[in-house]
Amino acid sequence: MDAIQNMSRRNFVKVFGLASGGLIIGCQFSGTDKVVRIDDGTSFTPNLFVQLKKDGKLVLMASRSEMGQGVRTSLTSVIADEMDADWSFVSVTQATGDSKFGNQNTDGSRSIRTIFEPMRKMGATARAMLVSTAAKKWNVSTSDCKTKNHYVINSLTKDKLFYGDLVEDAMNVEIPTEVSLKDKKDFTYIGKTLKSVDLNDFTHGTAVYGIDARLPNMKFATIARSPSTFGTVKSVDKTATMNITGVEQVVALERVKRPFGMLGGVAVIATNTWAAIQGKNSLNIVWDKGLNGAYDSEKFMQKITNRVHNKGKIVPPIIGNTTTAFSDATQTIEATYQMPHLAHAPLEVPNALAWVHDGKCEVWAPVQSPQTARAEVANYLEMKPENVTIHVTFLGAGFGRKSKPDYAVEAAALSKKINAPVQVVWTREDDIQHSYYHTTSAQYLKGSLDEKGNVTGWLHRTAFPSIVSTFKPMSDYGAGFEFGQGFNNNQFDIPNMRFENSKAEAHVRIGWLRSVCHIYHSFGINSFVDELAAKAGKDPLQFNLDLIGKDRIREDKSPFPLNTKRLKNVLKTAAKKAGWGKKLPKGHGLGLSVHYSFYTYVASVVEVSVINDALKVHNIYTAVDCGMVVNKDTVTNQVEGAGIFGMSVALYGKITAKNGAIEQSNFHDYKLTRMHETPNIDVTIIKSDEVPTGIGEPGVPPIAPAIANAIFNATGKRYRTFPLSEHGLV
Amino acid sequence: MKTLTINGKKHTVEAPDEMPLLWAIRDLIGLTGTKYGCGISQCGACTVLINGNVVKSCSIPLSYADGKEILTIEGESENLNHLREAWVEGNVPQCGYCQSGQLIAATALLDSNPTPSDEDINTAMSGNICRCGTYPRIKKAIHKAVELKNN
Repeated sequence: MDAIQNMSRRNFVKVFGLASGGLIIGCQFSGTDKVVRIDDGTSFTPNLFVQLKKDGKLVLMASRSEMGQGVRTSLTSVIADEMDADWSFVSVTQATGDSKFGNQNTDGSRSIRTIFEPMRKMGATARAMLVSTAAKKWNVSTSDCKTKNHYVINSLTKDKLFYGDLVEDAMNVEIPTEVSLKDKKDFTYIGKTLKSVDLNDFTHGTAVYGIDARLPNMKFATIARSPSTFGTVKSVDKTATMNITGVEQVVALERVKRPFGMLGGVAVIATNTWAAIQGKNSLNIVWDKGLNGAYDSEKFMQKITNRVHNKGKIVPPIIGNTTTAFSDATQTIEATYQMPHLAHAPLEVPNALAWVHDGKCEVWAPVQSPQTARAEVANYLEMKPENVTIHVTFLGAGFGRKSKPDYAVEAAALSKKINAPVQVVWTREDDIQHSYYHTTSAQYLKGSLDEKGNVTGWLHRTAFPSIVSTFKPMSDYGAGFEFGQGFNNNQFDIPNMRFENSKAEAHVRIGWLRSVCHIYHSFGINSFVDELAAKAGKDPLQFNLDLIGKDRIREDKSPFPLNTKRLKNVLKTAAKKAGWGKKLPKGHGLGLSVHYSFYTYVASVVEVSVINDALKVHNIYTAVDCGMVVNKDTVTNQVEGAGIFGMSVALYGKITAKNGAIEQSNFHDYKLTRMHETPNIDVTIIKSDEVPTGIGEPGVPPIAPAIANAIFNATGKRYRTFPLSEHGLV
Repeated sequence: MKTLTINGKKHTVEAPDEMPLLWAIRDLIGLTGTKYGCGISQCGACTVLINGNVVKSCSIPLSYADGKEILTIEGESENLNHLREAWVEGNVPQCGYCQSGQLIAATALLDSNPTPSDEDINTAMSGNICRCGTYPRIKKAIHKAVELKNN
């Protein structure tokens, strides 16, 4: 869609004639995280496009990356619905990384929330224009026309006109300044079950991921990086490497000290990926371990655990007075929770193909943030961003790893150095050992109960190396956005609450991983509430509901503040589906957990058994309220997947470091949930007309604590340090 | 010089004996549907059939495949086609990356066991990781493929 001509008109949408024929409609949306807003002023720059071709084909340009969350399908369904389009005519092309497409970052579970309304308006506008065109042809009023399944229908004569046949004339009709959106009850696609638009490619091996990108005369590269983060090369012996068939060159790669610059190291350039891998493994490198060369994650866990056992920095708000609450209490309890680092391990490893030529650079890569990739590559090459093109391929999942395009910079740097197209492929070992890790955390919680078993005081201390350290070294405390992920804004109505944060230095690159700080904060909070319930001798379901308290909208700066009624509703729904309170077989237990993240409400009840010290997860019942559902099956699929992802966190998730180097290397020691461990996963979606909110991430946080609570219910044993494999349960 | 018959078509490649079949298929022959995931036979993204036997192509030397028949995700077989249909019906994939390997592993399962139980599926499919977590759908879709075949 780059051959746009005849820009015309004003208002919310613009229409462009296309050289190859067809109607292109563009609209502008503001992709901020705050509010959904349509900008229709004079400085109009469209950043979402839909093209209706003469053969009826409807092509949407997707500004967000597809990494398994179904965004291409969801976005398309919204526009197709308002247009009354036939789904079989719909396809999607992927936008390159360019600011003209608005904010393209695919993270924070925000795509649907921010683009939903603009997409609806664009679809409705296209529909109105097609109706006007048909009405003119028939010489009837537009009110005598209706639309269905890619046709405008004349209500008086029952004549029909195919959308494709109206394209040419539709380009000349006046763009409506106001369009009415469909009534929700008339939606044909939104809220229904729609299949992915990419299924044919996924089932024939024809979807092109980054690692599948090919150019004539391209080279394949792997990079040896320092075992300890930010270590440097002292010396390299490349003799053995150069003897490998297919290896062409060994190239030194400098470190680029930007958040998503690159680690640097020694690159091996070869004629195929395998030669490059063999070449890398044959390098004999002496490393200067650098500042992080002594990192020992076990000792570090001790250090931050000691810190949370002492006073930390106060994080507002301070509610009431916990000191008095604790001294006046009938009983108090305290507990410490620990979680290790995690790696995203998307099944497609980080990779990028870059070609620097004629003062420009083209990159083909699986990136969640094409604009960041563009900026980083342009910075490295000292080019203007407009001379860098990022072609977004399919992503073999991302989970946050592919928001950090260091691998694109590596490919661009190597292409420049050897003057050829280069594809950098990270091996799985590289991915596990040089990631932007999910942080490690220690939390201390103390609570008090009165004589009736009501919670009167809540002290929560958290310590974790901050994501900010990746952007600003020596950032040793958490940031507001990290606290906001389930720490100092918990859902409970407790009269005395205090939050503290302790120091935690980063010794590896810290990044965000699917649901981010919610993972450990949900673990701490939901485990501790279960402990309080046990101490109070109360049923965890009722105890949770009481603790959330009466129906209220939490007062804060959030554009979609927490509504406790919706939170309690998901909890009650999941409990009902699980048959909470039912008699269970011997060795079985139920555990529950509820968490609000990315403006979405999720509760999970998990049934496990522990027999002869062997844990089995039998059932996961999850209820989710994410506002109005755009694609029901996408929501279900995401929540099912979150159950499996959450199980991997709870059962196996563990990255450790010794002498600065990561100890795990591949899927034999960084284990993930597999088919034989897969439980029955039951997903209930709450019907809602509220603003659609996130779904890619919110299913993850409740899973791990629900499993821990279920084990407690089954065995009376409380596990406060994850993963459970460390306790011999799996 | 090795000769590989992939999806019924002959290809000749010049490469060291020990090069894993995966890289010959992807980088030398140019069929990229078969994926790299781990390189050590742990994830199954690279699953192909050699003379009808299911293998992890990242860990099979090229010399072993010389002269043999290979089925990859780009190919056709009766069971594979039924599985594809069931995959579409069940809207199985999320990111899709592992699904080439999942489909080929499932093809091998149905080739040897026309009516697998859940337990059979667990055993046959546990070598294939899906990080997105589509296992419940894969299991359902395998049963569905059996149903499609029998109707």
